[in-house]
Amino acid sequence: MKEIYLDNNATTKVDEAVFEEMRPYFCELYGNPSSMHFFGGQVQGKVTEARKRVAELLGATPDEIIFTACGTESDNAAIRSALEVLPDRRHVITSRVEHPAVLTQCRNLRQKGYRVTEIGVDGVGRLDMDEYKRAIDDDTAIVSFMWANNETGVIFPVEEAAAIAKANGALFHTDAVQAVGKIPITMATSQIDMLSLSGHKLHAPKGIGALYLRRGTPFRPLLVGGHQEQSRRAGTENAAAIIALGKACQLAGQHMQAENTTVKVKRDRLQDALMAAIPNARINGDGAERLPNTTSIAFEFVEGEAILLLLSELGICASSGSACTSGSLEPSHVLRAMGVPFTCAHGSIRFSLSRYTTDAEVNAVIQEMPPIIARLRQMSPFGREHLGKR
Amino acid sequence: MWDYTPIVKDHFLNPRNVGDIPEADAVGEVGSLACGDALKLYLKLDEKKEKIVDAKFQTFGCASAIASSSALTEMVKGKTLDEALAVSNQDIAEFLGGLPEEKMHCSVMGQEALEVAIFKYRGLEVPEHDAEHDHGHAYPDYEGTLVCKCFGITDTFIKKVIETNKLTTVEQVTHFTKAGGACGGCIPKIKELIAEVLGQQANQPQPKTGKLSNLKKMQLVQEVLERDIRPMLLADGGDLELVDIENDTVQIAFRKACAGCASSGNTAKFVEMKLRELVHDDLRVQEVAA
Repeated sequence: MKEIYLDNNATTKVDEAVFEEMRPYFCELYGNPSSMHFFGGQVQGKVTEARKRVAELLGATPDEIIFTACGTESDNAAIRSALEVLPDRRHVITSRVEHPAVLTQCRNLRQKGYRVTEIGVDGVGRLDMDEYKRAIDDDTAIVSFMWANNETGVIFPVEEAAAIAKANGALFHTDAVQAVGKIPITMATSQIDMLSLSGHKLHAPKGIGALYLRRGTPFRPLLVGGHQEQSRRAGTENAAAIIALGKACQLAGQHMQAENTTVKVKRDRLQDALMAAIPNARINGDGAERLPNTTSIAFEFVEGEAILLLLSELGICASSGSACTSGSLEPSHVLRAMGVPFTCAHGSIRFSLSRYTTDAEVNAVIQEMPPIIARLRQMSPFGREHLGKR
Repeated sequence: MWDYTPIVKDHFLNPRNVGDIPEADAVGEVGSLACGDALKLYLKLDEKKEKIVDAKFQTFGCASAIASSSALTEMVKGKTLDEALAVSNQDIAEFLGGLPEEKMHCSVMGQEALEVAIFKYRGLEVPEHDAEHDHGHAYPDYEGTLVCKCFGITDTFIKKVIETNKLTTVEQVTHFTKAGGACGGCIPKIKELIAEVLGQQANQPQPKTGKLSNLKKMQLVQEVLERDIRPMLLADGGDLELVDIENDTVQIAFRKACAGCASSGNTAKFVEMKLRELVHDDLRVQEVAA
């Protein structure tokens, strides 16, 4: 069965060109970039090139890029560092809809005596900027808001939020794992101090990430014990993956236009067709500014895991904000923070496209989805009453 | 991905007996939209009103909820009402070749709907739906005091499930009943209920007052710690160790998450309470740094 992969916010296919770029650095050019000899040196050259490519995509300078193992490491490193360099400040601000990589860490900080404020969102997922302005003060060490939400694709006004943080003497970090490569980013003209990105969300392999650290920003490393990354992240460089990330960033820059045109057109066509064909459905985050590739649709009176498994039987890969898929018992914290009613939070499905998504694949989902929802509603004790189809 | 058995997959993809029975003799409804799963079970009896001749279901829920409902309808057909009442949630899970533990609450939901249907048919008292709770009441027909406000689960129901499934940790209770799975506010109460059920089950070979030999005392203390205390602490990432018993003073040392935990004083008090309840009234617990 050929898969129809519409789960690109979970992970992406490694681009063939990216794989070719990294391939020689396993069995042939396996030198350590830190070595003095020519053999390590040629790897060092490629790592430098990769750093330049990542910086270019972010509109940053190469020395502002620290390679890490993943987005989660970048998030952890950024927040911990901020608290260490501003030890007199004991307040942390984040949002209620962050990825667990940020949210869990912030909540753990409460147990260490920090004040943690989680800013809410409105019904379509937009950050409550007034609440944020009221919460920030001269005790705030770090503000961490995601650039774009992984579940709904809703984009936060991080530049505006960063300016407010700066005015209060706090550091500003953004988890941009879902945004990098999908929307243009220019750090040179930004006030954001730190930014996390992850390779496998933009067609590089898993196990590689980066932290952007604005030049001049004080920093305390998470990993110590080596001079790598200018002593900001010790540990032998994952050279092949770094080289792959560089190539992936170069390609992402070249495809940025397509992400916001052809991918967006397919996404819009998918969501419009599903909304037209299926009654009692709503788009989570409709009306807010969203990523061009993501749509999260809530189908009332059905449960997400059942939808996903029926889609999976047909080779269609998507994901859900429902409780049952994760083993937790409540719908996703993102949908709950948005106040999505329980009647449809359990039946929310996320489709996330990529530049590889074809029209034929979108057509297949448009064709298969309505009968799946109808079938489950037919089975549901609520579907019938509420839809009046007895 | 969940590791569902081929039988679960089959009953999910090809569910048996979906629908309603317009002239049903008995109907049982449990769960709610808010809870994320719900089941409405219809039973049709033979002319003598003894045997179940037909069963149908409508389910809102995940794959295992649908499969459990389908299995349940297949299992009860041809059974008398009393035979049907003997079907336990474990029987449903076994019929399906097993369920992931996180999904056991689906089998519990099936058993519950069956019980509610038969109780109602027999005219047994059904309390009013308690509408004040945010998520609705998952098992409105179960009397008792509300423990889990998020999912509307009562103490009577939790104790029953602990007993039938021999559960020993809060995590298991959550997997089987959902209680404690949302805000977590009722976790201390669930711990008490586990202790209560296990305490009732345990034989109490000695009166709680009177003289205990040192050897017997040591044995009993160890038994209670292993059976009633440590599983609970381990479930929360903590642990304790019995250091010594001097006369009536039981010396314990906290380990893992319990060590240095701000509420370890409360935990020590709880241990003392359990030991007094189950071993001897004169026992005292002392926390030592071993």
